[in-house]
Amino acid sequence: MPVILEFEKSIYELEEKINQLREFSRTNKVDMAQSVVELEARIEETKKRVFSSLTPFQRVQLARHPDRPFPRDYINRLFTDFIELHGDRRFSDDHAIIGGFAKFDGKPVMVIGSQKGRNLKENVKCHFGCANPEGYRKALRLMKMADKAGVPVVSLIDTPGAYPGIGGEERHVAEAIAVNLLEMFNLRVPVVCIVTGEGGSGGALGIGVGNRVMIMENAYYSVITPEGCAAILWRDPAATPQAAASLRLTSSDLLKLKVVDGIIPEPLGGAHRDIEAAAKQLGEILRQQIDELSKLSPEKLREQRYDRFRAIGVFSEEKPAGAKAAKSAKAKKK
Amino acid sequence: MTLFKKHETTIAPPSTKKEIPAGLWLKCKGCDAVLYRTKLEENLQVCPQCGHHYPMTAGERIALLTDADSFKEIDADLVSVDALKFADGKTYPEKLASSRKKSGLKDAAVTGTATLDNKAYALGVMDFRFLGASMGSVVGEKITRLTELATAKKLPLVIVTASGGARMYEGMLSLMQMAKTSAALARHNEKGLPYIVIMTHPTTAGVMASFATLGDVHLAEPGALIGFAGPRVIKQTTQAILPPGFQTSEFCLEKGIVDRIIPRSDLRRELSLFLDYFAGAVK
Ligand SMILES: [Zn+2]
Repeated sequence: MPVILEFEKSIYELEEKINQLREFSRTNKVDMAQSVVELEARIEETKKRVFSSLTPFQRVQLARHPDRPFPRDYINRLFTDFIELHGDRRFSDDHAIIGGFAKFDGKPVMVIGSQKGRNLKENVKCHFGCANPEGYRKALRLMKMADKAGVPVVSLIDTPGAYPGIGGEERHVAEAIAVNLLEMFNLRVPVVCIVTGEGGSGGALGIGVGNRVMIMENAYYSVITPEGCAAILWRDPAATPQAAASLRLTSSDLLKLKVVDGIIPEPLGGAHRDIEAAAKQLGEILRQQIDELSKLSPEKLREQRYDRFRAIGVFSEEKPAGAKAAKSAKAKKK
Repeated sequence: MTLFKKHETTIAPPSTKKEIPAGLWLKCKGCDAVLYRTKLEENLQVCPQCGHHYPMTAGERIALLTDADSFKEIDADLVSVDALKFADGKTYPEKLASSRKKSGLKDAAVTGTATLDNKAYALGVMDFRFLGASMGSVVGEKITRLTELATAKKLPLVIVTASGGARMYEGMLSLMQMAKTSAALARHNEKGLPYIVIMTHPTTAGVMASFATLGDVHLAEPGALIGFAGPRVIKQTTQAILPPGFQTSEFCLEKGIVDRIIPRSDLRRELSLFLDYFAGAVK
């Protein structure tokens, strides 16, 4: 049984109707082709209407949809010869972040991905996709391995955030994330990061420093969950949709803010309604990015990555004389 | 301590307001003793009875850690803007205005160059009074520019950290400052230059998971809250009972997260010593 979100209901109802119609047509040997065609058109139109007017919080719900393709689903479809590598060499193997060598278009890459579970058992193992320090340390180990091998890094991000636990604090998750941020700037190979679902704050950024940072159409990337923001600033869980809108966390908002470099379109109805089509779109964009970046020298790659993040931020630089010179640092055009 | 009064004019803009109740005296949070504000100021905002460390203003901190009149502020004119038009587009500008009024600062970080016992270094100080020392574009930009300056001038870098979390009003622009500051530190580190972090109460969240924990040396003030995730979030998520003293400086020392806990009265002397020990790195 698929999980159906409130705003998906009208679509599913029409789909149910069309199934009944087909069934009726078959069992009673009546030609209902015309009605089916009409209904199909209505479904398409409803999908368009619903998905062209999604609120930011509805997009957050889509990004969290339990049926949404996870990084492993994309890895299985887009990469061949995936050889998973395990462990941080210090404490454990964190199942919330997976990674290993793989081939993309027959060429080697290092692919890293957040890992969410499809059921409770899996989710217990991977903490619902929330990594501990070991996850970030494993990811860095693999990224440095990619650097040594001279192969591009592909990072697929879908996490609610780093796991908030006593053990994580004791083993210094803040350091694990911070060191990743610093070290990812030192990598001499192309790094492409793609937010495929949830981009949960520092937990996402910990594997998110790339030459390119892309986001899927219905994914979100936010400094705090809308729920957390509503609790702190509004002191009211009912303000969650308002918080989601205020945080500018949708793909189109983030493109405007130059936090992301591009949006990967999803099939109408969301990636979970057509995983093959979603994977194909992701694959095309990834190919394009890797091809472009592969032309750059190792030094140029580091420089470009620095400049990309260096430019993010919006502020004003007041002149003491009172002359107000607005300055908005924005990502440079590539 | 007269030191403050003398040098308050060297940082812009000066402020004498403290994160303690108004009036001539207060009841100590640490020991319930009645403390006169003047006595507390003279004692570096540390309770003479129990040693509880109260927050220092950026001005007081700079005076504590630099030679008289040596601090030259940079980027004093950077101010935050409501880039997201957060919520109604009123809240953030209002919060900024009231924080400016309260603290006399333009944002939560003051940066510049200074000397300590005639040793030159780059200094950044965060001030909790300004929106809980949350990191937005201005804090990120100031720390990054300071780090770049230290790299260019081959200076040791010292940052006194405090932060209650992200500047939510700036959304993802806030989060990206973690990456930006870390990038600048990567280059500073690549030149073999030393970086000393002084963690003060509270140092948490995005600041903790970026420039606050990338130092060569991590010093902490006694009794500070230092950690990544908020204790309440951890409790809610894991249903665990948090151990006593969890996420304090003392906990961090035990877990190997900080090098030393230094009472404020020793901070100036120890920082000077560290600058001596690192002298070979800045030749
Ligand atoms: Zn006391």
